[in-house]
Amino acid sequence: MEDFRSRVEAERAYLLRYASRQLRDRHAAEDAVQETLLAALAGEAAFAGRSNLRTWLTGILKHKIIDAIRRASREAPAPDPDTSDLESASFDRSGHWVDPPSAWPDPDASLEQSQFFAVLERCLERLPAKTAQAFMMREHLGFETADICKELGVTATHCWVLLYRARAALRECLQANWFQK
Amino acid sequence: MIFPSCKEVSHLVSQGLDRRLGLAERVRLRVHLAICDGCTNFKRQMEFLRRAVKKLESGNF
Repeated sequence: MEDFRSRVEAERAYLLRYASRQLRDRHAAEDAVQETLLAALAGEAAFAGRSNLRTWLTGILKHKIIDAIRRASREAPAPDPDTSDLESASFDRSGHWVDPPSAWPDPDASLEQSQFFAVLERCLERLPAKTAQAFMMREHLGFETADICKELGVTATHCWVLLYRARAALRECLQANWFQK
Repeated sequence: MIFPSCKEVSHLVSQGLDRRLGLAERVRLRVHLAICDGCTNFKRQMEFLRRAVKKLESGNF
């Protein structure tokens, strides 16, 4: 029991980073992690026989995060202000690239470098809150777009645009801060 | 439009990560990508981004 408790506790920092990326609110992230750790300790028997503690804890945390997102979008359903500047800066009036994306040399080598992930996290932090939330719901929580729209209280079209903006902004941020021209 | 702009193609590339594109959309995308290096690079970078965020999630780096 003591051993299980300390193994669970050792994952706290990882879980907090995970929740913070998603929720963008330190207190909400800490609450979600605390609820997760309590649920895990109460449910030790449910873990028995599973191989990966982190995966199991992350599964519990995802549900807590979804609950927190639901609460937050009920309280403050206001969308991000329009940030179409990025799009208008990337394309000319006829829809051609102003600065066409150039190939990134051996990008998969970056996936072996921890500095790359530090840059990626900083790029994620720079996204507007709603944009980041839609993106992480899609990529980390595995939501379908229809469900993201519903939870965030936005139209389907707006949802596609949020995901597009997140990806385009992350691409530009990685281009500028990691894959220098 | 049979010949979509790069702007439209970049949106289709992003949506292709979230839903199954229709036949007409896939054809327009393929025709455009065959002749456009900028959009081809954009598409590869979008796919790379998905892999990178998955790995970030795992915490193993």
